[in-house]
Amino acid sequence: MKPTEIRALIASHRRYDALFALLGVLALMIGVLTFAALFADMALKGAGRLDWNFFTAFPSRHAGQAGILSAWVGSTLVMVVTAAFAVPLGVAAGVYLEEYARRNWITDLIEINITNLAGVPSIVYGLLALGLFVYQFGLGQSILSAGLTLALLILPVVIVATREAIRSIPQVIREGSYALGATKWQTVRYHILPYSSAGILTGIIIGMARAIGETAPIITIGALTFIAFLPPAPLQAEAPFLSFEWLLSPFTVMPIQMFNWTSRPEAAFQANAAAAGFVLVAMTLAMNALAIWLRYRLRRNIKW
Amino acid sequence: MVNDLPVTEIAPKAEVRELSFYYGDFQALKHITMTVRERKVTALIGPSGCGKSTFLRCFNRMHDLYPGNRYEGKIVLHPEDTDLLARDVDPIEVRMRIGMVFQKPNPFPKSIFENVAYGLRVRGESSRRAIEEKVEQALEDAALLDEVKDRMHQPAFNLSGGQQQRLCIARALATGPELLLFDEPTSSLDPIATAAIEELIHDLKTQVTILIVTHNMQQAARVSDFTAYMYLGELIEFGVTDELFIKPQMKQTEDYITGRFG
Repeated sequence: MKPTEIRALIASHRRYDALFALLGVLALMIGVLTFAALFADMALKGAGRLDWNFFTAFPSRHAGQAGILSAWVGSTLVMVVTAAFAVPLGVAAGVYLEEYARRNWITDLIEINITNLAGVPSIVYGLLALGLFVYQFGLGQSILSAGLTLALLILPVVIVATREAIRSIPQVIREGSYALGATKWQTVRYHILPYSSAGILTGIIIGMARAIGETAPIITIGALTFIAFLPPAPLQAEAPFLSFEWLLSPFTVMPIQMFNWTSRPEAAFQANAAAAGFVLVAMTLAMNALAIWLRYRLRRNIKW
Repeated sequence: MVNDLPVTEIAPKAEVRELSFYYGDFQALKHITMTVRERKVTALIGPSGCGKSTFLRCFNRMHDLYPGNRYEGKIVLHPEDTDLLARDVDPIEVRMRIGMVFQKPNPFPKSIFENVAYGLRVRGESSRRAIEEKVEQALEDAALLDEVKDRMHQPAFNLSGGQQQRLCIARALATGPELLLFDEPTSSLDPIATAAIEELIHDLKTQVTILIVTHNMQQAARVSDFTAYMYLGELIEFGVTDELFIKPQMKQTEDYITGRFG
C-alpha cells in the first residue's frame, strides 16, 4: 500500500472510532441524565417542604405540618436489624462456600440456589415473611419482622459479594499462611477476612441501599402507613439501660410514607412525597458514597 | 538410576522411600527414593513438568490443601523418625516443622513486622518481647534487618522484589524450621537480587537443612551440595553436586546439563 492509501484507511478507521465513542457517551447520558432529571424534579417539587420541621414532625392530616420523623426512624431501625442478621449470616456463608466447602454437586446446587434467590421478586419474600415471621414465629408486624425480611432479601447479595471478594485473594497468599502451619480458621481470621473486607463492605452497603428502598415486602408484612409515635428508645435512663422493646414495635419506613403521600389527591401532599423521595435517594446515594470511600481506604495497602 | 553416593559422615535429615504421588489418576511422581542430608543444600533440577515442585510440596503436605491428591510411600524426618506422609500425622504439624519459600515473593499485605511475626502468632506466642526478639533475629538471619529496621511497621509491599523474597525467608525462619523448602525462589528476581538470595541460602545451611527447586542449573551448581535430576516424575540421578555436574553417570543427566535437552 502507498502511504496515501494507508492514511485514507486510517482516517476511515478513525471515523468509526469517533462514532463509537459518541454512541457510548449517548448511552451513558441516557442513564445519567434520566436519573439527574428525576432527582432535580423531586428536589424542586419538594424544596418548599425540606426544613428541620419536616424531619422532626410526625405525619399529619395537614400536609403543611406533616413530617417524616416516624419514617426515617423506622427505616434506620429496620436497617440496623437487617444488617445485624444479613452481615454475619451472609459473610459466614460466603466464607464457608469459598474456603471450607468441597467442590461437589451439593455445593453446585447451593450456588445455583443462591444465584436464583437473588432474582426472586421481593414480594415473594414478603409473603414468606408474613407466614413465617409474623404468624409462625409470632413476631407480629414489627421492626424485627421487617428487618428479618429485608435481611433474607439481601442475603444473596452479601453472600455473592463475599465470595467474589474472597476469590480475588491470590492463592499464594493462602498457601503462604498454610505453609506456616496455620489452620483454616487462622487463615480466614488473619488473612481472608481482612483482605476481602473492602469488597464485602461494598456488597453489604449496596445490599442495604437496595433494602432501604424496598416497599412491597414491608407492605406485605403489614407496616403501618400512618403512625404518630416512635418505637421505645433503645437506650434508657435506668438499668439495664439497653432496651429491645423497639424490636417488636409497629413502624413505618420511608418508601411507605412516600407511597402513602403519593396516593393522596391533594397537591400539597405530592410536595411532601417529592421531599421524602429526595431524602430517600439522598440516603441511598450517601450509602453508595460510603461504599466507594471504604473500598478506596481499605484497598490502599493491598495490591496484587 | 544412580542414587545416593555414599556420604556416610553426614547425618540424614529426611529419607524419601518409594514416594509416588497422584493428582487424581495422573501419577506425577514415580517411586522416588533419596536422602536429604542434614544442614546441606539439596537441589532438585529438571525440565518443566518433571515433578520437582510437586516433589518439594510433598515435604510440607501442601497437596493436602486440594482434593483428589494421593501420596504413596514415605518421607521419614529424622531424628524422631516421623513419617511426614502418614495418615495420623497432622499436615499442620508438618508445616510447623518445615518452612517454605515460594516462587513469587508472597508477603502478606501487612507490615514488615507482622509478616515475620505471623508464624509466631499462629503458634500462640503472645509475649510481645519474645515476638520482637524473634522477628529481629529472623530478619537478621535473612540479611534484611539493616535495610528495614527503621520501617518495621510499614507495609511489606513497599519493599523491592528481592527484599520481599528475603522477608518471606525471614518469615519462614522466625519459627525455627528443621527443614526449609525453596520453590524456585529467584525465578521472578533480577540478577542482583538473585545473587543476594543465593548468598543467603549458602549462609543459612549452618542452621537449617535446605531443599531447593530450581530451573537454573548454574544456580544448582552454585548453591547446592547435592543435586537430584528429575525427569517425567522419576528421579534419574542423585549425587554430590560437583560430581553430578562434572561427571554425570546417566546419559539423560548429561544431555540435560550440557543443554542438549530441556
